[in-house]
Amino acid sequence: MTIQEVNQRRLQSPFYSRLAEVDRLNEWHSWKGYTSADAFYDHELEYFAIRNSTAVFDLTPMSKYRISGPEALAYIDRLVTRDMHKIRVGRVAYAVWCNDQGQVIDDGTLFHLRDGEYRLCSQERHLAWLQAAALGMDVTIIEETADIAALAVQGPTSFSVLKKLGLDGIEDLKPFGLAHFDFEGTELMVSRTGFTGDLGYELWIEAAQAEALWDALFEAGKLHGITPIGTHALEMSRIEAGFLAAGVDFLPAEETVRPGRSRSPFELGLGWLVDFKKPNFNGRRALAEEQRRGSEWRLVKLDIEGNKPAHHSYIYAKKRGRLKQAGFITSATWSPVCKQNIAIGTVRVPHGEAGSSLWVEIYYQREMHWSRVMAKATVVDKPFWDPPRRRATPPGDF
Amino acid sequence: MTEQFDVIMVGGGHNGLVCANLLAKAGKSVLVLEANEQAGGAAVTQSFADGYSVSSGAHLLYGLQPQVERDLGLKVRLAADNMSTIALSDDGKHIRIKGSSVQGVGDNDQAEMRDFHKQMLKFSSLLRPFLNKTPPRLGAGGREDLATLAQLGLKVRLLGKTDMRDFLRLIGMNIYDEVEERFSNPLLKGAISLDAVLGTHLGPRSPNTILTLLYRLAATGGRIASPAGGMGAVTKTLADSAQKQGVDIRTSKRVKQIIVDNGRATGVRTEDDDVFMSMTVVSNADPKRTIMDLVGTRHVETGFARRIHHLRMRGNAAKLHLALDGLPAIKGLDKKDFAERLVIAPDADYVERAFNPAKYGETSPNPVVEMTFPSLRDTSLAPAGKHVMSAVVQYAPYELKAGWDDAARARFEDAIMDTLARYAPDLKGRVVASELLTPPDFEQRFGMGGGHWHHGELTFDQFLFVRPVAGAAQYAMPLDGLYLCGAGAHPGGNVSGAAGRNAARAILATEKGS
Repeated sequence: MTIQEVNQRRLQSPFYSRLAEVDRLNEWHSWKGYTSADAFYDHELEYFAIRNSTAVFDLTPMSKYRISGPEALAYIDRLVTRDMHKIRVGRVAYAVWCNDQGQVIDDGTLFHLRDGEYRLCSQERHLAWLQAAALGMDVTIIEETADIAALAVQGPTSFSVLKKLGLDGIEDLKPFGLAHFDFEGTELMVSRTGFTGDLGYELWIEAAQAEALWDALFEAGKLHGITPIGTHALEMSRIEAGFLAAGVDFLPAEETVRPGRSRSPFELGLGWLVDFKKPNFNGRRALAEEQRRGSEWRLVKLDIEGNKPAHHSYIYAKKRGRLKQAGFITSATWSPVCKQNIAIGTVRVPHGEAGSSLWVEIYYQREMHWSRVMAKATVVDKPFWDPPRRRATPPGDF
Repeated sequence: MTEQFDVIMVGGGHNGLVCANLLAKAGKSVLVLEANEQAGGAAVTQSFADGYSVSSGAHLLYGLQPQVERDLGLKVRLAADNMSTIALSDDGKHIRIKGSSVQGVGDNDQAEMRDFHKQMLKFSSLLRPFLNKTPPRLGAGGREDLATLAQLGLKVRLLGKTDMRDFLRLIGMNIYDEVEERFSNPLLKGAISLDAVLGTHLGPRSPNTILTLLYRLAATGGRIASPAGGMGAVTKTLADSAQKQGVDIRTSKRVKQIIVDNGRATGVRTEDDDVFMSMTVVSNADPKRTIMDLVGTRHVETGFARRIHHLRMRGNAAKLHLALDGLPAIKGLDKKDFAERLVIAPDADYVERAFNPAKYGETSPNPVVEMTFPSLRDTSLAPAGKHVMSAVVQYAPYELKAGWDDAARARFEDAIMDTLARYAPDLKGRVVASELLTPPDFEQRFGMGGGHWHHGELTFDQFLFVRPVAGAAQYAMPLDGLYLCGAGAHPGGNVSGAAGRNAARAILATEKGS
């Protein structure tokens, strides 16, 4: 009998050689099995690259699926809650998909690459669900996570960098648009999307061309403050943008065990993505029922007094003059650009109406000793950070 | 001009006919579209040789529900009732079983049989009230759902400590362990094992085989009857009654599509491209065919489609029909004994060994057989003085590894004939014509997916409130206007009419509620 060795080492993204080269901290974690950096030299400075120059983030570990075939549109339209007929070739759609109980499995972006050809990009892995959804439909689903290298290029100077890279016509690319370019003889797909709430792009290319793309990009960005960033910096910016993280702000429904631990799109503030004009989509019946009955939870964005990030805090609401537990914080950070103490949390309905006040119980440690403050928080309904440059087309030439 | 009805029934099997009848009785205009030349589904009497006819599918009545006969105001004519089971022995020392009594075994076995039968009847009576009811919907919190559940819980509790403990011990167990523990006579063990696995992809050592036995007993307490004119006469009675009620039955009309418009079923399209419209479509086809083929997965949600796709419905029972120029001789049997139910299952291990090859996609070299000679009591089935033998034979897996070609069929038929010849040496010489129906034949002839008689294995994971699948056990499918009324729905297979009756009641109750 021969013993088959199973490779249990962490995977390396096709950019790994370049990531290792710029790394000074040796602070890595596993992201879906890939070696990913928390930060390369200082997460706050990396964060400021997102807001002030150009930040480059390796998002290869994100799940990527190619969906094609004569019924690709019908397939996707049934998969997600929004109307995919409206998403033309060359456009990208943010979408959520649910199980039959109307609970969110994940959110992600759908790229309409060509006629009858899409890419789905999400945080979690979903091949089993996507294949189940394909039963009885003429559609092909290919997992291309490892085959496609992807970089987020985000920040006010990102447009200038890509122009310098030689991407002619990039100035016409609108938010949630995508275009194909030639990069040294290989097709490079660029979408004007991101997870930072700022001007930014995502670059997609065959894994074999990853290093060449990285090198050319950094060469082009030399005078524009181009900086590699790790997940810490990205996390700060995505909370500022008010974006949700799967596994953090909600749990993928198929991974929850206890009842009541998953969320519907309504409960995540994503009701605008649910289109009941579609006769059928996964979760439709349950969501229609929820709409009739009312939701149990509400996602809130909070502007909190003070400067102590409200990690893992309980949220309280005033009821007959007394504070009662109403929910909990799922993401929190001090926002350097907004100069605000911000957080994303979940509260029970009817709490958390926009403009209402809640209280957050924050524990913090100073020289071993723990202290506690009860900080007042205001529910806001807009992203904390949403600069006009994010949408300007053509973007500013910084 | 497209014809419009209140209700369209896809398929005219016995459940479909019962359901259509009750809906018409409630004032609906009902159209039944049957693919075959005669209504009845697999419950039909068909000629297989000149002058010889036989029940093509099930040949014995175990469970026609009295509620069905009462609601429809009809009575099925029986050629024989309360039939005995004779478990054959190749040395002629057969045993005879009728209810709790068994002849030909020792005193100990007789006493055990009385006790066993009493216990099984008591436990099966817990299930009986559920046969003729829509299963409760779990977690929905409806008062009636909770009451039904509470009723089951209470009944189990009221059994008393000893019986409740036994019930809970037995309900998930296999029949093999139970017969080995109780009985010493191998024929008795074999015959009971056979009853537990008939029509399933299970061997006596498979879990769930006590449940299947209880379920069989629940229907009519284990009473076995043979309908006059074969099973086709039962469905003929049902079809006539339906027509009298105003149901429009059209045969040789195969539905190829259930039309879905804007998220609800609105009609059907037949293979010859006729379109019929209705706001209620009821499918008598099996759940897989209904959802995967006729509706199409795109009109339902993914989780539901996946559950339907994974339904276990691998048929494993074949039928052998013999046209005989006279009764064969079986050592130890009188002529009148041929009117009873004869089984070849000489011991529990024999049954399990017959099942073994089926796990690997092969037929049993020594199959188990349940046979009847219906012509003995029903002269309409064969020319004067001649006879018909109808046998259910296991195991014949739907997905035969080598494929069901002519050679495979001939090989299996030879194996059956050799098995029969051990008991009836002159049988081969009396055969005028024969017909072997394998699971693929059943699928082809009657449209039952996988050739599974019960439209899906009847085991805990596909039982009561999860039959056919969780979230769709109340006859209404998760598609507005679509209902299921066949054996794939609760309470499952056998010619019982219960699924059809329950479905009709559920449809009418939904209308009342909305």
